[in-house]
Amino acid sequence: MTTTDYERNMVNATKTDFNVIGTRPVRHDGTDKVTGRALYGADFDTSGLLHGKILRSPHAHAIIKSVDTSKAEALEGVKAIVTASDFPEVEEKTGEDETKLKWLRDNILASDKALYGGHAIAGVAAVNPHVAEEALNLIQVEYQVLTPVLTTQEAMADNASILHDSLTTEELGKDTGTVSNVASHFQHVKGDVVKGFSEADICIERDFNTTTVHQGYIEPHNGTAFWSADGRLHVWCSTQGAFAVRDSLSDLLDMPVSMIRVTPMEIGGGFGGKIPIYVEPVAALLSKKTGAPVKIVMSRKETFEGSGPTPGSYMKIKVGAKKDGTITAAHAWLAMEAGAYPGSPVGAAAQCVFSVYDIENALIDGYDVVVNKPKTAAYRAPGAPNAAFGAEQVLNELAEQIGMDPIDLRLKNVATEGTRRPDGPVFRTIGAKEVLEAMRDHPHYQSEKAAGHGRGIAIGFWFNIGFDSACNIAVNSDGTVNLTEGSTDIGGSRTSIAMQAAEVLGIPVEDVRPSVVDTDTVGFTAITGGSRTTFATGWAAYEAAQDVVRQCIERAASIWDVDADGLQMKDGSISSTADSELSMTFKELASQLSDTGGGIMGSASVNPGGVGGSFAGNIADVSVDEDTGKVTVERFTCVQDAGKAIHPSYVEGQMQGGSVQGIGWALNEEYFMNDQGNMSNSSLLDYRMPTALDLPMIDTVIVEVANPGHPFGVRGVGEANIVPPTPTLANAIYDATGKRMTDLPMSPGAVLAAE
Amino acid sequence: MQGLSEGESRVRVEGGNVRQIIDNLDAQYPGFKVRLVEDGRVKPNISVAIDGEITPLGLIEKVGEQSEVHFLPAISGG
Repeated sequence: MTTTDYERNMVNATKTDFNVIGTRPVRHDGTDKVTGRALYGADFDTSGLLHGKILRSPHAHAIIKSVDTSKAEALEGVKAIVTASDFPEVEEKTGEDETKLKWLRDNILASDKALYGGHAIAGVAAVNPHVAEEALNLIQVEYQVLTPVLTTQEAMADNASILHDSLTTEELGKDTGTVSNVASHFQHVKGDVVKGFSEADICIERDFNTTTVHQGYIEPHNGTAFWSADGRLHVWCSTQGAFAVRDSLSDLLDMPVSMIRVTPMEIGGGFGGKIPIYVEPVAALLSKKTGAPVKIVMSRKETFEGSGPTPGSYMKIKVGAKKDGTITAAHAWLAMEAGAYPGSPVGAAAQCVFSVYDIENALIDGYDVVVNKPKTAAYRAPGAPNAAFGAEQVLNELAEQIGMDPIDLRLKNVATEGTRRPDGPVFRTIGAKEVLEAMRDHPHYQSEKAAGHGRGIAIGFWFNIGFDSACNIAVNSDGTVNLTEGSTDIGGSRTSIAMQAAEVLGIPVEDVRPSVVDTDTVGFTAITGGSRTTFATGWAAYEAAQDVVRQCIERAASIWDVDADGLQMKDGSISSTADSELSMTFKELASQLSDTGGGIMGSASVNPGGVGGSFAGNIADVSVDEDTGKVTVERFTCVQDAGKAIHPSYVEGQMQGGSVQGIGWALNEEYFMNDQGNMSNSSLLDYRMPTALDLPMIDTVIVEVANPGHPFGVRGVGEANIVPPTPTLANAIYDATGKRMTDLPMSPGAVLAAE
Repeated sequence: MQGLSEGESRVRVEGGNVRQIIDNLDAQYPGFKVRLVEDGRVKPNISVAIDGEITPLGLIEKVGEQSEVHFLPAISGG
């Protein structure tokens, strides 16, 4: 066992007068998960279940000239085959809407062009997975192979191979009418960068490249669909948002949402990659044809090649500063891969790239570029890690040239309440300064580096979001409550939501039984993503619990025959402010509900404002093998502003998880594409994600700068922590070797090759 | 969107809510409404920030006399 002379997981709490919040109870779903009883999508079974498989394009860019399914249909055990032509006609869509629907559908089943290796072409349903797989080999597809474009530079080049004849570039908001692979170019302008750079004593300018990486969730995509004879569709799947699945299916299949029910199974990781849908519509179409339930489970290879990774990018970053460290101007030029269809996270990258700092003059250019790779999906703080990889290295270079400590340089320019971001809005209460101060004061940063080690730091920002959430709380006669909500539980949110309800009701969190339910059973709830669940669904639980409190007070008033205005509910008891004899516990009241008017059910639907952004910073020490270029992370510390840590262990888990994924992104992970545009490492053996053996203990410091926009001060902690690891490690490698790493991943070969 | 506002990065318009702000902006600089509104709602790829905070209420969100309104690319997250 490793011992240290400091606390490895620190909580810098600012408000501690809670009964439940800030404690570390055992999670409600823990027993089921550690004993293997929890049900995931691949576990789903029902009578008459058919098994689906999907035929995928072997070409990264090709015209689909014909698809002949006749031989496959004749194979014994095959029940149905679907292609893009099985999507229902939608007549009312025209123009831009028609194009968008076509692209959505084409990403599920390609109609006229295959746009990436692994692009789905046809689905087969059969009596077992083996027959379905055999049938795939009998489907004959005639392709006309085209040249693929695999990076933004290739796609933006003159005479580049074009993915979509219907895609024209939107330049600063105006359609140019020019067909190209650049879907859009936008700008954020603050002040005058020309003037700002002219005032700088030192300017640093560098180009950076990052490669495509996958979220790496352990559980592959899966879905089972049953299209009932009454026209209703029921889907069971692994998703970050059951309502998002329902609404996507509604669009793709041209069905009313009321005819679709989605049951979220337990989820084995998502990180943004399980917001879009892939296999569910295919299973639905196959079920419609067969009248039987159809289950499709992706393989790992399909998950890499046929779902949405996060984009590669090419960036130019320039920052100027005075000798005293004042940043005078900054320019970011960001081009991001959208994958096969428009919609990269370059917008978010542009809004994050310099948002840690108070910069008077800034210019940010963003380009959304289609390439022959899978349509990208979100991945923890989408876009922000790419941008930070460049910007936070340039900050360290500035610090070195000026002769300032890199944290001091950042503190001199740090954004605080009232700072205007380069994209326009003014920050409300934020904790960037407090995060940097916690980094500076941490025993890690205060310690001497070991001989030969390099040390790096960086900080990053993510907005977090609000959006819709709903929650119901039913009171049981024994004084416990059943809490139902619609947020998929990826990182312990059942418990963090239950804790907020327990705090309001004044009962132990063990007396709250939280359940994640289907779309027919709870009000509309947006995705578990954007670090929103503990914030927004927690807020819904807070309001639903307040509804229970109001009803409990009214019920007690009825029982005691007094005015409800003179009663209060506190710490799990209802009492009169005027008469000390009038008091009963929540449990006592719960036992009388049936005889006094019936059960109590609280409910709430919210779409809260007041979202609080989060900042996270890292300190890392590395050693670099001079002979092999292998980087070993010797020590790693993550500091993050949580606003309020409802369950500190889960916040620490998010911080450690984001750090580990960032370390993998930094040092090893990449989609390795061959000349034909096919992924060459689509297995977890060859796609090198870090394991426990590759990592040190990730120390954490939770900073609490309460978000005034939430009843308990919550900000959301799922994403900001993946932003700083890549520049932190690049800065540490530079400190160890003198090599400035401008490309990801910083694999052994890349470190050896760097100058 | 400065292409629509004759190069101005900030313009002052009257309005008690986001709908009125966009209507008045469009009256002054035609094209804003088409850019920002679709089917009677703020387009899904646009976020509206009022005094630094993203509004969840879209067109019906109240706007104060001295409020700053920003139209930004919508952010979701992972």
